[in-house]
Amino acid sequence: MKIMTCPVNGPRAITEFAYGGEIRPMPNPNTASDDQWADYIFNRNGAPGMKREWWCHTPSNTWFVAERDTERDLIMRTYLYMGEA
Amino acid sequence: MPWRLLRFALSSKHPEPRMFTRHDTLKPTYDVVIIGAGGHGLAAAYYLARDHGITNICVLEKGYLGGGNTGRNTTIIRSNYLTPEGVKFYDESVRLWQDLSQDFDLNLFYSNRGHFTLAHTDAAMRTSRWRAEVNKHYGIESEVVGPEFVKKTAPMIDLACGGAPILGGLYHAPGAVARHDTVAWGYGRGADLRGVEIHQRTEVTGIDVVGGKVVGVQTSKGRIATTKVLCAVAGSTPRILKMIDVRSPLYIHPLQAMVSEPIKPWLDTILVSGSLHIYISQSSRGELVMGASLDPYEVQSTRSTLDFPEGLAAHMLDMFPFLSNVKVMRQWAGMADMTPDFAPIMGKTPVEGFYLDAGWGTWGFKATPVCGKTMSWTVANDRNHELITGFTLDRFRDYALTGEKGAASVGH
Ligand SMILES: Cc1cc2nc3c(=O)[nH]c(=O)nc-3n(C[C@H](O)[C@H](O)[C@H](O)COP(=O)(O)OP(=O)(O)OC[C@H]3O[C@@H](n4cnc5c(N)ncnc54)[C@H](O)[C@@H]3O)c2cc1C
Repeated sequence: MKIMTCPVNGPRAITEFAYGGEIRPMPNPNTASDDQWADYIFNRNGAPGMKREWWCHTPSNTWFVAERDTERDLIMRTYLYMGEA
Repeated sequence: MPWRLLRFALSSKHPEPRMFTRHDTLKPTYDVVIIGAGGHGLAAAYYLARDHGITNICVLEKGYLGGGNTGRNTTIIRSNYLTPEGVKFYDESVRLWQDLSQDFDLNLFYSNRGHFTLAHTDAAMRTSRWRAEVNKHYGIESEVVGPEFVKKTAPMIDLACGGAPILGGLYHAPGAVARHDTVAWGYGRGADLRGVEIHQRTEVTGIDVVGGKVVGVQTSKGRIATTKVLCAVAGSTPRILKMIDVRSPLYIHPLQAMVSEPIKPWLDTILVSGSLHIYISQSSRGELVMGASLDPYEVQSTRSTLDFPEGLAAHMLDMFPFLSNVKVMRQWAGMADMTPDFAPIMGKTPVEGFYLDAGWGTWGFKATPVCGKTMSWTVANDRNHELITGFTLDRFRDYALTGEKGAASVGH
């Protein structure tokens, strides 16, 4: 069983977590063109690499950030979201 | 030992013709370069050579022929989809499957079994009725059946399913299975005999684009000049699209499968349960071929996990409690190239001369013949074939999706 570390509850089995997808900045819906908006809602970075993603520890409903290597399936770092730097 | 076999040991050269010609070097130029020697790439090569007279083609494969999702899938073939675009497309594929064994002079073990999409909820029954109506409208055999019919066809089933009883389902008589490797071999050999070069262990590392047009391909064995590239690399598609700066909605999750030890034939049909997230059929060797839903998060490799057989086995026992002593023999994974609407992405792209056959996720094996047919036509005529116009990459920009999720085999 793969282990992920919840920033609040510590190491837990990966089955306790839900994946929320890569963190992506949302364009301003009032000013974005239709093309920009379509790009935001549909397109993804599907290539492998180091990614910053939303994850949730479901028993405690804790949303946080995980940095993962999606090619090697390694969890590098997890931490609570503190807003974009 | 028979003399025929002994010849192979005694002769320093291979005494019989090989299935595929081996090419040690690439030519400097090809009319068409196909990336990926899976079923899709090889089928396109075959039809380009056979139907369009284009034979100066190379198929580049980074691993071995058929070693991608083509050799990893659970081989279910059906056409009971939900959208008119999908139904027409898969129906043509099922038609093409019928005489492929003859075409190739190779036994594909195409086996017509009938296919059940079992419903355990009212909502699932409703989707079954919807699909049956769409299917019948296009002349495809599909009907809603009750639990008695399921029990009659698969007597070993426990209709109570551990608390989620089977209310009925969608029955699709043309549902079939086939031997996946042979499909790649058949198309590959047919293309090879017509002059197409298949280069295994040759990886595409870059695509040269000048002024919005394809001019060449970079590979681990050197550069090739070409004006037409067909990309049919399933789970590796985002890596190739990155080389030409084209964005797409494709995302990659592993899809795992497993087989049991071979047992006596007891299951003649193909069963899928969306609620239990499982599908099962019995191969001609007696193994139970079993699959479930996608892995829950993005990974671009073919690693497998223990969670998968545990979860799948638990649900399988809900449906077939008598399997509790049957052993799992092998498990594996493929990289599924998923799209938001569960329809593929096919045809021309913003880069002239770059054609895409992707977004085949968990459902593209059955489409191998029709993909080869329509993509070869599209490449030869530089125009999207009429059967694929609902599947272009533009549909996302235009907010015109082709919603096929309701026909996906198991809940994703
Ligand atoms: C477990 C599992 C079960 C499935 N079950 C079913 C099913 O029951 N029914 C169904 O219809 N579909 C099913 N599918 C989906 C189906 O297997 C695929 O959609 C289909 O096989 C895709 O074929 P393809 O030829 O496009 O890709 P592949 O067979 O994956 O071929 C692509 C090839 O491209 C090569 N490649 C990648 N990158 C490069 C590069 N840079 N240079 C050169 N070569 C490269 C790869 O090595 C690979 O051999 C399943 C898939 C999986 C994983």
